[in-house]
Amino acid sequence: MEMDELEVERRCIDIIARSKLLSPTAVTREMTFDQLNIDSLDKINISFEVEEVFSITIPDEALTTLRTVGDVIEGVLRLRRLPIPEPVP
Amino acid sequence: MKRVVITGLGCLTPIGSSVSEFQNALFSGWSGIGPIGVLPEAIDGSNGIRFNQMAAIPNFDPDVHLTSSVVTATNRTAQYAIVAARQAVKQANLMKHHAAEDIAVILGCSTGGRSSEEVETAKLYYRNARVHPLTVTRTMASAGASHISIDLRITGPVFAITTACASATHAMGLAFQMVRSGAVTAAITGGHEAPLTFGFLRAWDSIRVVSPTSCRPFAKDRDGMTLGEGAAIFVIETLESARARNAEILGEIVGFGMSADATHITQPQPSGAARAMRKALADANSFPEEVGYINAHGTGTQANDSVEAVAINETFGELGPTIPVSSTKGLHGHSMGATGAVEALATILGLKEGKLPANAGITTKDQVDPNINLDIILGEPRILDPEKDLALSNSLAFGGLNAVLAFRRYTE
Repeated sequence: MEMDELEVERRCIDIIARSKLLSPTAVTREMTFDQLNIDSLDKINISFEVEEVFSITIPDEALTTLRTVGDVIEGVLRLRRLPIPEPVP
Repeated sequence: MKRVVITGLGCLTPIGSSVSEFQNALFSGWSGIGPIGVLPEAIDGSNGIRFNQMAAIPNFDPDVHLTSSVVTATNRTAQYAIVAARQAVKQANLMKHHAAEDIAVILGCSTGGRSSEEVETAKLYYRNARVHPLTVTRTMASAGASHISIDLRITGPVFAITTACASATHAMGLAFQMVRSGAVTAAITGGHEAPLTFGFLRAWDSIRVVSPTSCRPFAKDRDGMTLGEGAAIFVIETLESARARNAEILGEIVGFGMSADATHITQPQPSGAARAMRKALADANSFPEEVGYINAHGTGTQANDSVEAVAINETFGELGPTIPVSSTKGLHGHSMGATGAVEALATILGLKEGKLPANAGITTKDQVDPNINLDIILGEPRILDPEKDLALSNSLAFGGLNAVLAFRRYTE
């Protein structure tokens, strides 16, 4: 993973952790929103913060597909037109 | 307890600045939703929002209706309330027959004088400018109720209720209870709202529940609500006082139910809405078989419409899918704290005329969400079954605050 992607991941995790009053170390890429007790309003709030931090616009359709922390990170990378890492087999 | 009847109607809405205009639009399916255009506050010519439609009152000029001192002291929200109240009071000929201290004014208003607040705050924060001395009186949510009492010299209980999108329904329910109990002999009640401001539109855009296309409640491809504004005001009084003065009786309020979901600030729960409907029916001393129409809250969002459909079926069981249901928000938009009153007006007119308004936004069965197991009134208004002349008007607000009014067509 390139530095840019690591930074995106760090910032996304930081936003999600802050919104749930958690330590960033307690949030991993693999965690689902259900595991983090993120409901629809949290999702809107997190998306708003992510849009602010990365100067992107998350389309409504994309918002409905977000299920995990990794989905957020990959969505940001996609919207920033950065390469997405190949999935680990 | 006393029977409570409606003897005056007034409105100022995107589909009519009088009740007759509103009624024509309601039954012909004429929508007041139109393009927002570029707002004066827009930055670099862009509103910066995903949607471009709202339901605004066209060509409202407060100077035509109000003195310059009242116009100066008020925000549009209070101006709408005064103008609509005057219509209702005139129709009812209220002031001639009731002592001023025996009349209540109870209105729903959620956002207060929003535009005044935004303009003055922007001046303060960005220019450190002086704040207009009437900002406080323009922005208070109770200003509409106060100005009606001053305008008509009403000295009974006067107050506003704020429960987001259920404000007007809660206000009407409380007014109904006060008249029924004999606490007052008459009330001016309903709701008013002027929320179509730059900041409020942007706030709703951020929460992503406003339709980028158009409001079409219960449609399979529904994608959100359309914001609106307006006022609908009613005069209600005891049956005995209406009869004694030979007033025209336009309908009857027979029940009121309310509940709280107590679960989530935006996600509605079927059980809460169902409980409010059951309470309204019980309060009306009526049975599910008597219900011939439900004016749904029907915002056009995925969450509301699905939950409301489940709640109706939970309330009425096997009868649920057979009761005619429509949402009229596709015509007049969602006017927040006023919307319950606007929909109550649609319900009262539907019962009075024996004609139930169609669900705005979709016209054919194949457009209805297959998961919505309701009898949605499509295309044309439906003739009311005279054996089922009880109707419910639902309001399900953010914060899980549910209020349901039960109306009946008036018969001797």
